[in-house]
Amino acid sequence: MAFGPFLFLALLEGTVMAAVLALTAVGLSLVFGVMRVVNVAHGEFFMLGAVAAWFVTYYLPFPPAVTWTIALLIAPLFVGAIAATADVLVLKRLKYDPEATIVATIGLLYILQQAALTFYGPDARPVEPPFHLRLQFPWFGYSGYKLFVVLAAGLILLAVWAFMTRTKAGLVMRATQVDMETARAFGINVDRVYAGTFALGAALAAAAAVLIVPIQQAHYLMGHDPLLLSFIVVIIGGLGSLRGTLVAALIIGLSDGVISMFFSPTLAKIIATLLVALVLVFRPQGLFGAKA
Amino acid sequence: MAALMQALGLTRHFGGIRAVDGVNFRLEPGEIHAIIGPNGAGKTTFVSLLSGRIPVQSGSITLGGEDITRLAAHVRVKKGIAYTFQITSVYPKLSVFDNVALAAQSAGARDLGGQVAAALARVNLAGLEDHLAGNLSYGHQRLLEVAMGLALKPRILILDEPTQGLAAGEIEGFKALVRSLVPETTVMLIEHNMEVVMDLATQITVLNFGQVLATGTPDQIRANPDVQSAYLGGHDAEG
Amino acid sequence: MSASAKSWALHLGLIAVLFAAQFGLPSYHATNVSRIMVLAVFAMGYNIAFGYTGLLSLGHALFFAAGMYGMGLPIWTLSWAPIPALIAGLVAGGALAGLVGLLALRTAGVSFMIVTLMFAQAGYLTLLYLNTHTGGDEGFVVDSAARVIAGFDLSTDAPRYMAALILFATAMLICLWLVRSPFGRVMVAMRENEQRSRMLGYNPFRVKLTALVISGLYAGIAGAAYGMLFGYVGATFATIQYSILPMLYVLLGGAGTVIGPFLGALLMFYLIDITSGYTTAYLFVVGAALVVLVLFAPKGILGTIRERGLKWLP
Repeated sequence: MAFGPFLFLALLEGTVMAAVLALTAVGLSLVFGVMRVVNVAHGEFFMLGAVAAWFVTYYLPFPPAVTWTIALLIAPLFVGAIAATADVLVLKRLKYDPEATIVATIGLLYILQQAALTFYGPDARPVEPPFHLRLQFPWFGYSGYKLFVVLAAGLILLAVWAFMTRTKAGLVMRATQVDMETARAFGINVDRVYAGTFALGAALAAAAAVLIVPIQQAHYLMGHDPLLLSFIVVIIGGLGSLRGTLVAALIIGLSDGVISMFFSPTLAKIIATLLVALVLVFRPQGLFGAKA
Repeated sequence: MAALMQALGLTRHFGGIRAVDGVNFRLEPGEIHAIIGPNGAGKTTFVSLLSGRIPVQSGSITLGGEDITRLAAHVRVKKGIAYTFQITSVYPKLSVFDNVALAAQSAGARDLGGQVAAALARVNLAGLEDHLAGNLSYGHQRLLEVAMGLALKPRILILDEPTQGLAAGEIEGFKALVRSLVPETTVMLIEHNMEVVMDLATQITVLNFGQVLATGTPDQIRANPDVQSAYLGGHDAEG
Repeated sequence: MSASAKSWALHLGLIAVLFAAQFGLPSYHATNVSRIMVLAVFAMGYNIAFGYTGLLSLGHALFFAAGMYGMGLPIWTLSWAPIPALIAGLVAGGALAGLVGLLALRTAGVSFMIVTLMFAQAGYLTLLYLNTHTGGDEGFVVDSAARVIAGFDLSTDAPRYMAALILFATAMLICLWLVRSPFGRVMVAMRENEQRSRMLGYNPFRVKLTALVISGLYAGIAGAAYGMLFGYVGATFATIQYSILPMLYVLLGGAGTVIGPFLGALLMFYLIDITSGYTTAYLFVVGAALVVLVLFAPKGILGTIRERGLKWLP
């Protein structure tokens, strides 16, 4: 294949990656923005979403299109409920102390991983895509489902944006983000906002996983990469800034796709992790964030 | 006589607020120099610039002829400028001994135990070495703070609101303590209590809106019409 | 008995008990305890940074692995003798900690955690990326000829136990001396209130960097010893898991106590060892321990005991 089409393929793959990454990272960013919690277990919520999707599609006796759609609805709800429980049982009792919550979410990470290993097993298992469609370009054929993933992720992000800016619940969340004490003084139930935010963040990761699982297979250790990449995206985009997160997801997704294709995925990750460390050291507001 | 410390055109703005605005200041060796002024006059910002807790925007500071304008706070401490905090800032979870020892060893004490005991004795806290600093009464914590300043063996000791919250009896003791420090140590004092200021200070600088309104002996300051109007005006505004 | 005498009695007593234990312990447990002592050295190093200086790092696996590879690679590729190789491991751990510290210590709190995590992750990936030089994922076995020091074959039980004990005892006594030294007091002051410490004439950056380098030296020698005593060097030791383990040991035993890291390592090791007889849920035990500790006993076992009465505990 010539260089041009090869680059085009790399960009396509990068776009799919960016879309899923944006969804996952926005979840992480939301939790950090509103609650100031760095959720190390975020990748496990992603993994649980994929595993839940496998259970739903495997056990329900309907055609793939139906079971997958059901999974897309159920998995985020299920994962969100787990997250809300973890918030009430653990994070709230820690009073959201930043360092203690990191330690606690590391613990949560191990617990969820073990739960998946015990109830789901160590194998990677495929999930049937809701439809098969092959788009034929002049140089290669490409999965139509992958492009659908981009579209679906875009729609979900749009819904999140509408929720945050157009609904009362979104307003309450943003008010809490700006000033928790004042929000409390105005009668906002901050505990509920926090539990809801944590659930929403986890649900977004789960939704991203349901989108990607027909391409990638479900595995109990699959949360590691999304966590790392989401961290990278959220930090480069500026902690807590949703717009920065989206821009960074696009850049990281595309460049990761391209670098992985032409060089080595490991090298791409080394560069990205070092970049994150250096951004935090020299430009803590992120590459795109405004100065605090 | 050469000034011990001198500031020229010292300036620091926060956003649009001119907290310290072109202040010229001379500190002579061995004096007790009080900085007074209405609330928000920039007193704490001014001494924070001198001690290096806040970076200088423009102007210069010299210590014994050496330019220290750009030196980091911890370097200035080593050069002999000690600052005690307005809000008591001892290490509550450490023992009284450790609190003072941290200061003494920073000043290069050889006989740590002896130095700590001496500093505590000067502020009448002898024998409390093993107590947790956080368990001391408020007044004792203020005195511990002063002991830490003394243990640094500074050339200049900056005391920010040292008598705030002290009982009347404790204030008398405190005045005697400060008098006993000079002339080996030069003392700068930010103080609201005018009786303490007029009684203790050999020199007074009055700040108002970040600028020097007047400098002089207590008698000169008392007689200064600008100071009177600033203070009366200040009280009117507050009352 | 004075506080100082009590503390010496306690620490020397622990060393004596561990020395005596080798004659009574069955081989399986002797190997376990050797492992625990080496891991406790790693955790002691972590404790110097986290427990005493307040630097919550998520990247100590990097320094542990630096020690391990710093020891293993010269043996593997240059056929070094064991003692110089161990020293190379020690230096590698300290040097890398210094390098990371120069950058990471410009941040604090949560940012510091993430920066150290990222550096460690980059280090791990680099080990994989350079697989032709490092053995990649599979790692490599340390040549048995290079595991003999002064005629003692460290691949056999008794010499291995003694070597681990000597390392552990040395590390613990140095740690005890350090935390009771004037510099130890400054480390704690930095943890308690950085701004106040600056106004006492201490340069926070320099104090924290020094503490981190000491911590890295501990992690480095622990990694080097682990590779030498158990004969294997591998990239798994650079994963995030090995940054979490010392944190877990320290939290369990008691942050800011000299014996805490050993106690934590001992209990955690056997907790996993015993539960793995009933269940394979090793990850669950680690996770639950972290959550329970941070929720109900953030000071750990010895931290709580010290608070309740034994104030002299260093």
